[in-house]
Amino acid sequence: MSDLRELYQEVIFDHYRKPRNCHEMACANHHAEGHNPLCGDEVKVYLQVEDGVIRDVSFSGSGCAISTASASLMTEAMKGRKVEEVEHLFQEFHQMVTGADDAPHEDLGKLEVLAGVREFPTRVKCATLAWHTLQAALKDQSQPITTE
Amino acid sequence: MRMDGERLLHPAAVDDWRRDFPLLRETVRGKPLVYLDNGATTQKPQAVIDAEVRYYQHVNANVHRGVHHLSQRATDDYEAARATVRTFLNAASEREIVFVRGTTEAINLVAQSHARPRLRPGDEILVSAMEHHSNIVPWQMVCAQTGAVLKVIPISDAGELDLDACAGLLGVRTRLMAVTHLSNALGSIAPVEKLIGMAHAAGVPVLLDGAQAIAHLQVDVRALDCDFYAFSGHKIYGPTGIGVLYGKEALLEAMPPYQGGGDMIRSVSFEKTEYNELPYKFEAGTPNIAGAIGLGAALDYVSELGLETIGAHERDLLEYATPLLAEVPGLRIVGSAADKASILSFTMTGVHPHDIGTILDHDGIAIRAGHHCAMPVMKRFGLTGTARASFALYNTRAEVDALAAGLRKVAEMFQR
Repeated sequence: MSDLRELYQEVIFDHYRKPRNCHEMACANHHAEGHNPLCGDEVKVYLQVEDGVIRDVSFSGSGCAISTASASLMTEAMKGRKVEEVEHLFQEFHQMVTGADDAPHEDLGKLEVLAGVREFPTRVKCATLAWHTLQAALKDQSQPITTE
Repeated sequence: MRMDGERLLHPAAVDDWRRDFPLLRETVRGKPLVYLDNGATTQKPQAVIDAEVRYYQHVNANVHRGVHHLSQRATDDYEAARATVRTFLNAASEREIVFVRGTTEAINLVAQSHARPRLRPGDEILVSAMEHHSNIVPWQMVCAQTGAVLKVIPISDAGELDLDACAGLLGVRTRLMAVTHLSNALGSIAPVEKLIGMAHAAGVPVLLDGAQAIAHLQVDVRALDCDFYAFSGHKIYGPTGIGVLYGKEALLEAMPPYQGGGDMIRSVSFEKTEYNELPYKFEAGTPNIAGAIGLGAALDYVSELGLETIGAHERDLLEYATPLLAEVPGLRIVGSAADKASILSFTMTGVHPHDIGTILDHDGIAIRAGHHCAMPVMKRFGLTGTARASFALYNTRAEVDALAAGLRKVAEMFQR
């Protein structure tokens, strides 16, 4: 039960039930669509980038507790970040949720509540869908990205 | 719903059956496995595993070509498996039994070899709204190749085919009806006798997708009078990578080969190639010999237990599980057709099916979560996915209890 509780922490439930920054953004200057064909989940990520800084970020779509909470937490963590920081943070996040290393992930801050995903390899794609979509948005990819 | 004369199986009988399946002794995260994903694939009895091992240890050789002893034995065993399939389906002849990779390949074969040469722009193929992708996409492909049009028989909110609508859709341009015998996403049993009667009255041949039905319902292709029947070995306790296309001999005879290669020819020269007779015309290349032999063993196993006995046991599980699950807070069963078998699809308020799947898996309970390769069915019900428990002969009421307890835990975690 312990790793199940670690996966479904209160913070995760909170962000699943009341996702932050969960809306479309009319003034976005970057956006992309992500798709997890395994479960049919879809997410859109919207960005407002000025002078290399993410001024605003939001997402829309529906998914499981893990993907929704991850998208919500990601948007909180990305606001005000420099675009050049995104790649490094995603790498760290990815390493954390895949259990690629045991090192502490201090840079991730609140995102660390998703560390429990590493015990559930089938759910890694849920946790990373929004991140892949964020990267696609920054690259202005017009084709929806997929986790497959 | 229980038929007259049907008796509840003694629980000890199911325990005996369970012992035939070595994988059921596995544990998951230290807990006994509760395998309820039989709609995806079934576990294999020792008899099937032994048949494949015996083949590779004692018989392995290529079929239909060697003069040596082993080749003859391999050919005999392979053809004996075909005879077993013929008997199982009550087909008229072994010439009507084509070994393929699975249901998907069987349907593609009919789409390309039967439908494609006949279809003209504006012709129509009729499917239902509760098809698996494998009984949709091959028809879309052949429609794109020929200019034919796909028409869809709607289903009710309960998940039952609308026969009146079907009558309206069957027209002078309808060239083929392709419907599922048992819906993988809803568990609805299609009224196939009526559908076949209606289609034949309009001169339209019928393909039945038997991927789900084959392990749960008795299939007599001559009593049904269906024109094609497709199923996969792995959903009826047999190996993966082997399946069957049944086709009426006259129809198969009139069809060009699906693939070219060895074994499907009688003679080859650069000027002219003569095709082999049925069913070899459709079996190009070295077939899945071990798979066919394993499938034969699986059908023997099922026949020994009796599909009637198995069906009654599974009906009991479904009748036991339906009200039990309906009591779980926030749970809604998707698909309430009067005639159902083996499959319980459901959603839970505020819980994504993937989360249900993960939490149950933690207790060793394996279910399917997602769209079940039936996205149009999900769309019909305004869903992106469901959770699905699907039963097989070796499941027990105790496992249904474990499922219900697991789902209550899901409800507690998410609905606090």
